[in-house]
Amino acid sequence: MSSSPKTIAEKILSLHSGKDAKAGDIVIADLDFLIGQDGTSGVAIDSFNKLGVNKVFDPHKIAITIDHSSPSPNLGVSAIHQKIRDFAAAQGIKLYDIGCGVCHQITPEQGHAVPGDLIIGADSHTCTCGAINVFSTGIGSTDLAAGWASGKLWFKVPETFKVTYKGKLPKGVFSKDLILRLIGDITADGATYMALEIGGQAILDLSVDARFTIANMAIECGAKVGIMPADKKVMDWVEKHSKRSPKPVEADPGAIYAKTLEIDVAKLEPQIAKPHQVDNVCPISQIGDVAIQQGFIGTCTNGRLEDFQIAAKILKGKKVKDGCRLIIAPASKEIMLDMIKDGTFQTLVDAGAVPVTPGCGPCVGTHNGVPSDGENVISTANRNFKGRMGNPNAFIYLASPATVAASVIEGKIADPRDSR
Amino acid sequence: MTGKAWKFGDNIDTDLIIPARYLNTHHPEELAKHAMEDADPTWAGKVKKGDFIAAGENFGCGSSREHAPIALKAAGISVVIAKSFARIFYRNAINIGLPILESAEAADDIKEGDKIKINLTDGIIDNVTSGQSFSAQPFPIFMQKIIKAGGLINYLKTSHGPILIFSASNLRLGS
Repeated sequence: MSSSPKTIAEKILSLHSGKDAKAGDIVIADLDFLIGQDGTSGVAIDSFNKLGVNKVFDPHKIAITIDHSSPSPNLGVSAIHQKIRDFAAAQGIKLYDIGCGVCHQITPEQGHAVPGDLIIGADSHTCTCGAINVFSTGIGSTDLAAGWASGKLWFKVPETFKVTYKGKLPKGVFSKDLILRLIGDITADGATYMALEIGGQAILDLSVDARFTIANMAIECGAKVGIMPADKKVMDWVEKHSKRSPKPVEADPGAIYAKTLEIDVAKLEPQIAKPHQVDNVCPISQIGDVAIQQGFIGTCTNGRLEDFQIAAKILKGKKVKDGCRLIIAPASKEIMLDMIKDGTFQTLVDAGAVPVTPGCGPCVGTHNGVPSDGENVISTANRNFKGRMGNPNAFIYLASPATVAASVIEGKIADPRDSR
Repeated sequence: MTGKAWKFGDNIDTDLIIPARYLNTHHPEELAKHAMEDADPTWAGKVKKGDFIAAGENFGCGSSREHAPIALKAAGISVVIAKSFARIFYRNAINIGLPILESAEAADDIKEGDKIKINLTDGIIDNVTSGQSFSAQPFPIFMQKIIKAGGLINYLKTSHGPILIFSASNLRLGS
C-alpha cells in the first residue's frame, strides 16, 4: 500500500478495501459488523429475499436490535417484529429483543466494535461508534441487505473535516453542549459527505461515555462518520467490553483535510437546539422564558450511566415540578442494572422520573410519551424535527442531561450551572 | 417525462417525508398516503403520478429510513430535484430506483406548479413554464447502471446472478 499520508477515514477504508484509498475514490470494502433495527430491518429482509440469496455471509458479524418501538405498541409493528425474529432465527443472527437497549449502545457494549473496524448500520446514528475509533456509518435497508449477502459494500471515500476542541470544559457544560455548538456553527449540512475527525485536549479529557454523545450527532451536520482517536481511555474501555483485538488507527502527519475548525470550550455555555432543526442552536443565556411540559433523558445520544448520574446529582432531594413530566429510558439493560446498583435509578424515580423500557423510548415518536399539541419538550435526544416525537404540533428543545434535569425542576428551561 | 413541480425548502428531513408513526408498515401504497404529511397534510391527496419535487439544500436529512424515498416514489413522484441531498437519502433513492437530480440553478428557477420536462439519460431539466433549461450533475457510471436497472437489488441480480458479489471488475469504477 502506498505510504501517502492519510486521514483516519482514508486509512480504515484502505485497509478494508486493499486499495490506496484517497478522498473521492470509490472502493468496495469488507465489513466487520452490520447493525439492523426494528424500524429498518423489515424492509432489509424483503430486499434480501428478493436477491435470491439463501444465507447471510456470516451470521456472527450481524445483529438486529428491537429498540425503536419496543415493546410493540401496535399490530403493524408486532408483525414486523415477528418477521425479524423469524429471520434472525432462520439465519442464526444474534437478536437483541425488546428491553436489551438501543443498537448504538449494544454494539460497542456487547463487544461487537473495536478500534479500526468498518461497520454499517441501517440507522443514521450508526456513527456513534466513531467515539471508539471505528469507521461506522448509517445506510439504508437495501444497502444493509446487500451487506448481509456479501459482507461488502461500496463507499465513496469521504473528504475529512478536522475539528479540534481545546481548553478546559467549564462546570455545568458537557459533551452534548460541545456537539450542539459545532452543529450550530457549521449547520445541518456543514459536513455533508465528509468524515469528521474529532480530537483535541477537551475530547481527551472526556470519558468514553461522553464521547459517544459527540460521535452520535455527527450525522446531524451531514457527516458520514465522526471518528475520534483511540487513546488509553478508549483502549481500556474496549478491553473491558470486547474479546476482539483492536486495530487502532491514527491520522498520518501531512494528511489532507478539506476543512479544519478549532473550538475553544473554556468559555462555552450550556447550549440548546430550538425547534425544529438541530442546527438552530443558542447558548442558554439567550433562550428566554420557555415553559416545559415534558423532559426526556435517554437515547443513543445521552442514555448512558454517566448521563443519568449527572441528572441524579441535580434531581437528588428535588421534585419534577407539578405540571411537568420526566421520562427516562436507559440506552441498555446493562445501564439500567448499573443505575439500580448505584442508586441512580432510585434517586431519579424518587424525584418523579418515569422509567420506560431500555431502548429508543419516545425519541422516534412511535410510543412512550408522545407530546400533546402546543407542548414544549426538553430532550437529550439528537433530533428535534417537526413531528419527531409523534406530534407535528409539539416543540422539541435539545440539551444535555444536566440542562434537562435542571429544567424539569423549574418547569421551564433552566441553566444547570445555577443548580446547587 | 413531463409533470408538475412541487416546491419545498431547505433541510426537508425524513420525519417530514414520512413520520415514524406510520412506519408500522412498509407497504409502499400505505406509506404514500402519509408522504410529506407534517410539511403539508394535504399533499399526498394532491400529488399526481409523474409529478416532480424541487427542493433546496440537504433534502432527505435525518433518519436512514428507506421508507422516505419509497413513500415519495409510491406517491407518484418521478424525480426529486434538489440543490443538494443528504448522504443516506441519496444512496437510498438510487438503491430503490427513485431518480434524483442535483441542480441548484434548476431548484432556484422552478416554482410550484411549473411544468417540468426531464430527460434522465442526459440529466437535462427543462422548465417548460419559465423556458429555462438546466443540466444536472452527472452520476458516476456504476451508479447510472444501478439507476438503469431500477435499483440495487435488480442491478446485483441481473448483473451477477444469484451469487451476490461486489467486485471492482463488476462496478468498472471510474470508467
